[in-house]
This record gives sequence, C-alpha cells and structure tokens, in this order.
Amino acid sequence: MAAPDLETAAPPEGLRRVAIDPVSRVEGHGKVTLLLDEHNRVQQARLHIVEFRGFEAFIRGRPYWEVPVMVQRLCGICPVSHHLAACKALDRALGITVLPPSAEKLRRLMHYGQVLQSHALHFFHLSSPDLLFGFDSEPTRRNIVGVAQAHPDIARQGVLLRKYGQEIIRATAGKRVHGTGSVPGGMNRHLSAEDQAMLRAQADQMVQWAQGAVQLVQRLHTQNPALYDGFARSPAHLMSLVRPDGALDLYDGRLRVRSAEGALLHEQVDDQRYLDLIEEEVRPWSYMKFPYLRSLGPAAGWYRVGPLARVQNCDRIPSPLAEVERQVFVAHGQGALIDATLAYHWARMIEVLHTAEVVRELLDDPDLLAGDLLGAGQRSGEGVGIIEAPRGTLIHHYRVADDDLITHCNLIVSTTHNNQAMNEAVRAVAREQFDGREITEGLLNQIEVAIRAYDPCLSCATHAMGRMPLEVALVDADGQALDHVARSPEGHFTRLDGPLTWTV
Amino acid sequence: MDGLTAPPPARPPAPCLLLAWGNRSRGDDALAPLLLDRIQRWLMQQPASQHCAVQCLEDQQLQVEHVLDLQGRRAVLLIDAVVGLSAPFSTMALTPCRDSSFTSHALSPQALLQVYQDVLGGVPPPCLLLGLRADQFGLDHPPTPQALADLDLAEAWLRTWVQQNAAVEAAEPGAVTQ
Repeated sequence: MAAPDLETAAPPEGLRRVAIDPVSRVEGHGKVTLLLDEHNRVQQARLHIVEFRGFEAFIRGRPYWEVPVMVQRLCGICPVSHHLAACKALDRALGITVLPPSAEKLRRLMHYGQVLQSHALHFFHLSSPDLLFGFDSEPTRRNIVGVAQAHPDIARQGVLLRKYGQEIIRATAGKRVHGTGSVPGGMNRHLSAEDQAMLRAQADQMVQWAQGAVQLVQRLHTQNPALYDGFARSPAHLMSLVRPDGALDLYDGRLRVRSAEGALLHEQVDDQRYLDLIEEEVRPWSYMKFPYLRSLGPAAGWYRVGPLARVQNCDRIPSPLAEVERQVFVAHGQGALIDATLAYHWARMIEVLHTAEVVRELLDDPDLLAGDLLGAGQRSGEGVGIIEAPRGTLIHHYRVADDDLITHCNLIVSTTHNNQAMNEAVRAVAREQFDGREITEGLLNQIEVAIRAYDPCLSCATHAMGRMPLEVALVDADGQALDHVARSPEGHFTRLDGPLTWTV
Repeated sequence: MDGLTAPPPARPPAPCLLLAWGNRSRGDDALAPLLLDRIQRWLMQQPASQHCAVQCLEDQQLQVEHVLDLQGRRAVLLIDAVVGLSAPFSTMALTPCRDSSFTSHALSPQALLQVYQDVLGGVPPPCLLLGLRADQFGLDHPPTPQALADLDLAEAWLRTWVQQNAAVEAAEPGAVTQ
C-alpha cells in the first residue's frame, strides 16, 4: 500500500499543527482537523482520539486476581471483552494452557453474548439511523428514537437482541455490571438450569432476527451500490484470530494477517508472540498509538481489525447460516477484498447471526451446567490473552511477580489497531467532500458516519462526558481558522466564532 | 416469543425502581452507584414491605434495553452524575423527548422514555431524574470531598422519596409522588 496520504501536509512550513488539549476532556472523544492550502484544498486531515490514558499504570502493582474485574472499568460498552482477555492472559501466567470444557464453553457463551449485544447496540442504535434515513437527514431523526418512530419493528428487535445478550452476560458473569464469572484459570460458576431454559426459549427468535438484520444491510448495499460500496473506501491489510483450520473464532485462535490484495502475509502466529508481529508507533499529534506490522514497517504496515477484517480473513464461518451470508458477502466483492467503510455494517450483522447461532448451539450443551471449572498448571509469571472483541482484536499482556502483583501491563485495544484505518476513512471523506467547501452539518455527519462504521470505543468511561462531541476545523496555510464547527454532547450543531481551544 | 414484548419475568417487578449509572473508577462518575450502595444498605434495615417495594439497578451507562426495566413500574427514579449543577443535587420530572443524543453509546433519559413509548407502546411510568453534582472524572480518582458532602444531602432526599413512594405504593397501588 502507498504511504498514508493527507496525514501530514507537505511542505509543513506555514501550516499550523493542532492537538487536543488534554485537560479539555476526561475521556475519549473525536476531533478532526483539516488543513487547507491557499487554494482551499485539503492538505492534511487527522482524527485525534484520546483513549485509555494511564490505564496500564492503573493496573501495575495490583494483585493479579483483581485484574479481570478491574479492567471491566475501562469501558461501559465492552467490559466483558476486557474481562475475558485479562483472564486468558492470566491463565497463561499461571501456566494453564487448557481449560476444562465447562469453563471454556461458559467463557465462550459469555463472549458470544457480549459480541451479540454490542453489535446489536451499534447497528440498531448508532448506525441504522444513518443508514435508514441518509447522512443528510434531519439530525433530530437520526437517532434510535427516530428509528423507533419510523421503523418500530427494527427498533424493537434491536432492543430485545441487545437485552438478550445482556441476559447472557448476567447469567454467566453473575451480574449485569462488573461480573466475576471468569477468573484466572477458569470460571467460578455454572449456568443455572433456569437461565439456560430462559435463554434457550428465545434463541430461535434471536437467530431469526439476526438473519433479518443481515438481509436489511445487504439490501442497502444492493439498492445503492455507488454509496455503500464507494463511500470512504480505504484498502487495508486485515488482521484477526482464526482457528487452526482457518475458520473464524471470536474467543481463541492464532493470528492471521492478509494483505489488502488478499494474499496471506502471516499465518497461525502464536498469540504469545504478538510482539514479533506488530509494533506500535507514537505520533506527536495523537494520544493513541499507531500499530503496524513489523514486516512492512509503519508506512505500509497498518491494518484493520474487526468485523470487516474477520469476515474476509477467515476461510469459513463455523455456523451454517452465517457461512451462507459470508459467501454472499464475499461474492459481492467479485474476487477482491471489500474495502468500503460502510461494509463494516454488513460484516457486523453477519457476525450477529454467527453469534446467535453459536449461542443457540451452546445452550444445548450439558457442560454449561456441570463439570470442572478450574484448570491447573505450572506458573510462568507472564501471559498474553488475545480475544476478538466486538470492535476487533484485543490484546492483554501481563507479567506477575512472585508476590502476585502485576509488574507489567500492555493493552492494545481494538480501536487502537484501527487508528490508521479510521484516519484513512476520514481522509477519504475529506478528499471526496470537503475540498474547498464550507462545513455543513451534513458534511460533518459524513465524517461521523465514516468513524462510526468502525464502532470506535471512544466512550470508555464516564457517561457524563461520554457523548462524542466532534469538532472539525478548517485551518488555512497561515494558521487562520476559516471554519470551526462542533457537535455538542447534546447533539447540537454549532458554528464556533471564538478562538480555537487547541494547543499549537 | 412473539417479538412484541420481552419475555415475562419470573415474578412481577418491584413497583419502585432506582436505576443508577456511572463508572466507579472515574472520580465523581461513581456518585450514582455509591448512592445506590448506601440506599441498598439502608433499605435492608427497613420493614420488608418497604424494601421489597424497591428494586435497585446499576449500570455503567443508560442504554436502550433499559426500557425493558421500566416495564410494570409505578415509579422510577433515574440517578446520574451531572456536570455544572449549582446545587448539591437536582430533581427533574422526565417526559419523552426526541433528542439528538445519538453519537455515543449512551442515551439520554428523555430519549429512553421516547423509545419506551415508540417501541413498547403506551405511556412510560412516572420517571424522575435525580442529578448529583459532579465535577471531576479522573481515572482511579475518588469522588471529590465536595461531591461526597453533596451526596449526603442527596441520600437524605432519596430516603424520603423511597419512604413516600413505597408507603404510597403499599397503601394505594398505582399512586406515586413526584
């Protein structure tokens, strides 16, 4: 792949670099900056994200057994992913490489329930308004409330799919928030027969609704291919976990990397050796690192993770209905990898169907109700846990001293893997939509549409500041702000006349 | 399941719901969960008729599926940390409203009630928002001393609210105070 375009204006002289003032927010939010030349052409476009600052330091020095519960406080949206990734890493630190079947299946049930509910929330709550109403529709309609009004069946299914996933989490983790079901070495509870019966009774309905969701997104692509297959395209390498036979697996596996052209670059990389595969680069204009493949270097080695990567990186999906839909999806690419940003939604719904099928199958397994829950091994003191979280590959890496305290913690979260890919999507929108134009609310939303497709976890903490205020600024070659608009936490679109609040 | 309603719970829900949300690891964002902890401890010391009339739920963020938790309630109190309050706490009766809170994983309380109306049909139960004055949200920071002092006042108010609503519920099902 070519080196990233529009990341840094050339020549940089005369253009002002802007950055987020770190005290202005207490949690992740997005800020896009665009720099123009004297002809009002975009020369630079950047998405700035703040995420997880300090969390690794927060973990160091804590007893290892606290970590699976603590890390859930990273995020109110994907706590289970962190919970399980931490447990998988600590399994290895304790020398446990194989869990008893009951423990492995219970964790898998919890995880697939988490992916199901997270994907359902993202599609039905965050993205379907854009897709069903259009990017330039009335902003007050472009939310879940608007969907509920105009498409009550879709909204209802979204709510109940989400609730179903949350009930799986409650039943396996013990409670809805900060559950303790998974522990280093296994699980601490079985599924109750009552919960099994309750969840099983609804499983067929969830599969049916998930099928409907896949077909809904597929229809959008086939009805408007110019938009859905063309909006914010950015070719990228793909990374995800796969099973030894190349099948998709969201809970466990080895790393596979496929090039943007579809060739296998790395196959069956041991999760404990992830640092042989990827490295992270720090760039001065962002608080979030930029991972890349060591074999290709920072300029050409960036990649994408998450549903769009997983569905195309695997050889098959090991559940029948989702595999049929994967084949339809792959055929849509006509022999090439699909790199359209909006195809994330289609891939995401295929995964919803897959998770619903896996959950349904697991719920018939008697191992959920009885059997050993803890494994045993020879303590090694270090471990890596990799899981396919809803947004993509999630890596937890810990070292544990003899006194049981964590001495090293490294987290590479899904959104970080996608940092460059999201920036590329923003640049594609900038090239296609912003060159020399005044910023309008509709154009601003197009940037958000591109960012939202990746389902970035920008809201990993407080809800009170947790809306995603998005600011876009146009800065000319002399550093003068030509245009500066923002969407407030309440969703109001405002053109700002005051001075920029960024450090220069 | 017909898809029109959630599966019926094993038993009828408690008539009064306290739903608090926040991140316990982020400074003042922990206020609502902490208040819920206090009230739950206090409820355990109250007569059974009172603590059985109240269900306490905690989450990290308000989400669309919480509409299902509102079903079958007589009175709902939503509790959240709020930035920029001039008083230690605030109360506000909520009405359904279509707003633009769609750029995050969270949902505004008013939008939640609108989703209830649109998705489940009918009028949502009476809902009150108890806002707790909040100022800082640093990771791994405790709530500020000022926030904790304010919380004492909010707790006193909340005890009264629970007593009134639980008592009213026991005496006259369906009647609630706001």
